Amino acid sequence: MLDNLSLLVDAPVLNAQLLLDGLFIGATFALAAYGMALVWGVMNIKNLAQGDFVILGGYIAVSLSSVGLNPVLALPIAVVIMFAFGWITYKLIISRIIDRDLFTSLLATFGLAIVMAQAMNLIFGADVQTAESGMDTLLLGDFVTVNEIKIVSLVIAAVLATIVIVFMKRSRMGQAIRATAQDVRAARVMGIDTDRVYAFTFALNSAICGAAGVLISMIWVIQPYFGITHTIRSLVIVTAAGLGNLPGVIMAGFGLGFAEQYAGFVFGAEFQQATVVGLLVLILIVRQIQQARHRQVVQ
Amino acid sequence: MHKLFRRTAIAQALVFSAFVGVGGLAALPANAKVEGDTIVLGSAISITGKYSSNGVNAQNGYDFAIKRINEMGGVKVGGKSYKLKVIYYDDESTPARGAQLAERLIKQDNIKFMLGPYSSGLTKAIAPVTEKYKIPMVEAEGASRSLFTQGYKYLFAVLSTSEQYLASSIALAAEMAEKQGKKPSTVKIAMAFENDPFSLDVRAGVVDDAKKYGMKVVIDDKLPRDLSDMSATLTKVKALKPDVLVVSGHEKGATTAARQIKEMNIDVPLIAMTHCESGKVVQQFGASTNGFLCPTQWSETLSYKDKYFGSAADYDKAFKAAYPSYKTVPYQTAQASAAVLVWKDAFERANSFDTEKLRQALSATEMETFYGNIKFSPAGNNVAKPMVLRQIQNGEYKVVAPTKWASSELQYPRKASQ
Repeated sequence: MLDNLSLLVDAPVLNAQLLLDGLFIGATFALAAYGMALVWGVMNIKNLAQGDFVILGGYIAVSLSSVGLNPVLALPIAVVIMFAFGWITYKLIISRIIDRDLFTSLLATFGLAIVMAQAMNLIFGADVQTAESGMDTLLLGDFVTVNEIKIVSLVIAAVLATIVIVFMKRSRMGQAIRATAQDVRAARVMGIDTDRVYAFTFALNSAICGAAGVLISMIWVIQPYFGITHTIRSLVIVTAAGLGNLPGVIMAGFGLGFAEQYAGFVFGAEFQQATVVGLLVLILIVRQIQQARHRQVVQ
Repeated sequence: MHKLFRRTAIAQALVFSAFVGVGGLAALPANAKVEGDTIVLGSAISITGKYSSNGVNAQNGYDFAIKRINEMGGVKVGGKSYKLKVIYYDDESTPARGAQLAERLIKQDNIKFMLGPYSSGLTKAIAPVTEKYKIPMVEAEGASRSLFTQGYKYLFAVLSTSEQYLASSIALAAEMAEKQGKKPSTVKIAMAFENDPFSLDVRAGVVDDAKKYGMKVVIDDKLPRDLSDMSATLTKVKALKPDVLVVSGHEKGATTAARQIKEMNIDVPLIAMTHCESGKVVQQFGASTNGFLCPTQWSETLSYKDKYFGSAADYDKAFKAAYPSYKTVPYQTAQASAAVLVWKDAFERANSFDTEKLRQALSATEMETFYGNIKFSPAGNNVAKPMVLRQIQNGEYKVVAPTKWASSELQYPRKASQ
């Protein structure tokens, strides 16, 4: 561990590699986390199946690329399919639990996660799969390598985020979503069909997850049971950034990307994901202390 | 009082005779798993669940060998010819289910002769059951070394144990270092192994051999079960420039490593990993996988042969003809067929269906099959067949070690073409 740290000091160029890898993967983390924050903030549902939506998006890309479509071009198709999937899921499951307490929604979405993972196992098989974009690797200097698909992913993630922000600010539906998030009853009084807003929000989240999944399948590998790790990542990011704080979500996403890469380097790959959970605990403790101080001020 | 006594006596007699009756019935099935002229074997195998693809490969291997043996006159015991048959149950790839089904095969179906399940994990779950009932099991798909340290007496495995998977790659690295005029002890090794019984066994073999040559391990990373990124480990590889990179983490390890080795232009002279073929690295990452060393239990280019299948190449051809959906024959299939040959050989040498005599016959097995030589150690693993190391050369798997069977020269250092 110590010799790994001294490596980083001796060869600063290693940091560049780790930071770049962290940046690119962090962008896709932020995307999925933003979807989670949206559903959490608007509907007060913590979607534990978030990661499985991501993986499902990845499988759509893998399936489409196996029939000859470039996975980058598969992205819009995956977004549309996942939007529909999200809408149906809302109508079938989420609409029934939206007014229930926290544990009902946690249990329901956790159950959904298990069913989705098993279904994907049956449909796509248990093997690890990837979608090949066919892009080359760039060599920066004589050490740092960046696969072009990672740069493309970063751009796509940025474009998608911008579209969502503009949509939320400008469009009629975006305004309705924000109104519903602020006060459901007031929104209803103003004539907003909140059920439709919920359905749209959940479907939008599903579509965002689908996009993130397509990017993940091109950068990393996917497997039916990898969903849970992505759920935890989203949870960590949203917990760190807070709800309705998009810049915060993006920064936390990048931060988590960096943290994973550094943890993988210093402690070994085995602790890469353990770090994510460790960070969640740390964030909760820090939050607790902050809030305790806040309470004292109020007193 | 007297009457009562008589009544109890009658009751006792009744109970006694009932016991005798049941005992008599129970005594019958001792031979029941030889039905008429058919010997019935039993196996719990993964037909569904996460091991289903290799489970079915193994099942096809069993069936293929059984069909061949039956066509060639069956098994001769006591001057009579018997046919072979297998009862299969689907263990759904879960160890708990596998153990239940082994109980069911033995207790309800009165199976006396078992064939193994797929994977070390399932074999680990079933072996205690067969051991408890003293039922011999010949298995072909559980390679973990830990299976053979439990003192099992009824477990026999035709395949090489997992610590042998990549150990020979270290010997190759030593050989190459000497060729270049360097001492083997100057060789630097980078290791990335999943934290599971199989991969840790593989690691143990590598570490033992590295110690033997006095090589230095510069990276020793463990991979998580749900591995999807090992770029940080590979960044270390780029920084420390080892001479050998060894990876084992089932299919996901092979796929993830191959993808990121390609993306990060990792240039290590010798790269060895398990599960290249089942991880489909060549199909997915093409020329960038050139030079990878991949261990296999069996290859159709080896020169082993027997009187049932002929040479390894003949087996390959015959199996593809019988199962046209296979483009290549997985070693999981070949070793399953070999397990059936071991049973046939043991039946004929024991010349009996007594499980104890059969156990002794199995322990004394010494035969050549198309799959390799088979001779069991007292612990039950096959000590007569070495692992084979193949190198990916222009997208094809060529045997490069051991030298006795090498069909091609080792390409060293590997030429990474992106």
